[in-house]
Amino acid sequence: MGRIEEAFARGAAEKRKALVTYLCVGDPDGDASIDLALACADEGADILELGCPFSDPSADGVAIARASQRALGRGGGLDETLRVARAVRERSDVPIVLFGYYNPLFVRGEEEAARVVAAAGVDALLVVDLPVDESMPLRTAAAARGLGLVPLVAPTTLPERVARIGALGERFPVPFVYYVSMTGVTGGAGGSAVLASAGAEAARVRAATKRPTVVGFGIDSGERARIAATEADGVVVGSEIVRRIERGATHGERLASVRELVRELRAAV
Amino acid sequence: MQSPSLGTGFYGSYGGRYVSETLIHALDELTEAASCIAATPAFQKELSDLLATYVGRPTPLTDAARLARAIDPERKTLGRLFLKREDLCHTGAHKINNALGQILLATKMRKSRIIAETGAGQHGVATATACALFGLPCEVYMGAEDVKRQAPNVGRMRLLGAKVIPVESGSRTLKDAMNEALRDWVTNVATTHYCIGSAAGPHPYPELVARFQSVIGEEARAQIVERTGQLPDAAVACVGGGSNAIGLFRAFLGDAGVMLYGVEAAGHGVASGRHAATLTAGRVGVLHGSKSYVLCDDGGQIQEAHSISAGLDYPGVGPEHAWLKTSGRARYVSATDDEALAAASLVMRTEGIVPALETSHPFAKIGAIAAEVAERLGRPATVVLCLSGRGDKDLETLLGRLLPSETPGAS
Ligand SMILES: Cc1ncc(COP(=O)(O)O)c(C=O)c1O
Repeated sequence: MGRIEEAFARGAAEKRKALVTYLCVGDPDGDASIDLALACADEGADILELGCPFSDPSADGVAIARASQRALGRGGGLDETLRVARAVRERSDVPIVLFGYYNPLFVRGEEEAARVVAAAGVDALLVVDLPVDESMPLRTAAAARGLGLVPLVAPTTLPERVARIGALGERFPVPFVYYVSMTGVTGGAGGSAVLASAGAEAARVRAATKRPTVVGFGIDSGERARIAATEADGVVVGSEIVRRIERGATHGERLASVRELVRELRAAV
Repeated sequence: MQSPSLGTGFYGSYGGRYVSETLIHALDELTEAASCIAATPAFQKELSDLLATYVGRPTPLTDAARLARAIDPERKTLGRLFLKREDLCHTGAHKINNALGQILLATKMRKSRIIAETGAGQHGVATATACALFGLPCEVYMGAEDVKRQAPNVGRMRLLGAKVIPVESGSRTLKDAMNEALRDWVTNVATTHYCIGSAAGPHPYPELVARFQSVIGEEARAQIVERTGQLPDAAVACVGGGSNAIGLFRAFLGDAGVMLYGVEAAGHGVASGRHAATLTAGRVGVLHGSKSYVLCDDGGQIQEAHSISAGLDYPGVGPEHAWLKTSGRARYVSATDDEALAAASLVMRTEGIVPALETSHPFAKIGAIAAEVAERLGRPATVVLCLSGRGDKDLETLLGRLLPSETPGAS
């Protein structure tokens, strides 16, 4: 069993939901990202999403877009994200998902990208602008290295597509499914009703794909996490972590603020 | 819109749909509408009536004899030069052909709101115009840098009732405007049609836009055959995202004797690294929904493009051009800012036409292209050039660069 599968199994055994935390690697710098990622794990995050910054993050809202710009300004990118992943892996067994856009991986070449990503101790990839239809080259290369590729399902995704994603999971490693709670970019605040129905929708996606399904987008507090996680298998929190990192004046402040949020989220789910 | 099928979305290995999952359904709907509605005779008739009575089509084909003689006084390489006058379209550029087609389609799809990105502002003006004509609200994303350098078009969009949203992120030009438009679309996808302005973006946009623009080449082909009794030896157009070029090229793709040339913006020179010559100096990558050539570094980060012309200042290009380059069917060359300005000056003084800065780029390369074609043919070439737009929007740049001593405030 892979690290991600183990994390979901452990959570189920302990009757709690999966907590997935995102941060943009390189914001404010790579070494800080190592500490921040380990702090998330230490406060109980089950899975870390390490965001590889991209110059044109058109699926992200202002918080992550600004963080990406800052990270790129300080030498961020795929290599730096992998360096951070390796450093986290040396110190922790927490599952790591490399989260990003396709071009940095594509330009490296799918085979080579899968090789270096797996070598860094990453467990799966999540590529926001790579819908299942175009995913076979990377999916195949990733699978050959034991790497999963996490599919996204949106409120606009029709049941036939969800079924196709389920079918893919029979041939390729699909460790979990990411359900996008609302049409939009990252960073919006989800209303309680939206998050509750997203959780219910995630449960239907889980039934159709037979994969744990987590809800992301619009979750920025313990209360919202609890609502979304009631029926789903877990929640993803990203922009609020990124905002706290942006607001912190010192490394210590950033760490403390992120720890406080993750603790609150952990207690809620 | 000849064939109902919109194809696979791939041109060779280029194209596809590299977008958020949230947008897939909207792209499916658009593909469906494009093949089921836009292909019907009723839609075609409605659109061609609009093109005739509102846009002013067919646009003329002008025999640019004085310019041809200025470029090649001895008639050794450039025999005749014909200009396809898209600058005479209502709103001043070819962009209206596509904007009207898409907005008409959007009304059939019962979309209640239109968004667009724009670089030079020509597509923004065209979309604002079509929205005014159909009574739809319109919001246009435009890089803050372009808002400054294409001020007349910003004013026109506002007068037409559109909201212009300056984009401050990244290089503050076309690519960033497109990112912002994609963010809007993913948020408001149920009600909103995203009117993409070039033959780029995710499937079905490259195909949809190419079909709406192919009226350029269809007319030009018929006109030149009527005038000269023959096909041209070469067809030439500027390439930003590639819509006027593909609109011209499509009619000639099956004519092996017609060489196709796309001219990109070389900015300060390709060697300087400050340019927008994506096909000339870029590599295969994924940007804004399709796989094509892009300007990016070894880490896959998209680089900023540079061009004096806002409409060519883009680090990507439509996927069909990537395929035409790879297959060898079309050739792509580039012209610098300075070459484009010199060419604009020559066109104005020999033909009495003020060309857009975008279109000044192919004008700058006519001599070199004619030489290459004539060499191959062993006789002077007949060339048709798509005069994609007029230069009214560029007056400030043209005056500042060409008549600096007479322009207050120009350095
Ligand atoms: C007059 C004119 N020509 C050309 C272009 C470039 O676009 P495309 O390559 O899609 O024709 C523009 C874009 O704004 C334009 O305004």
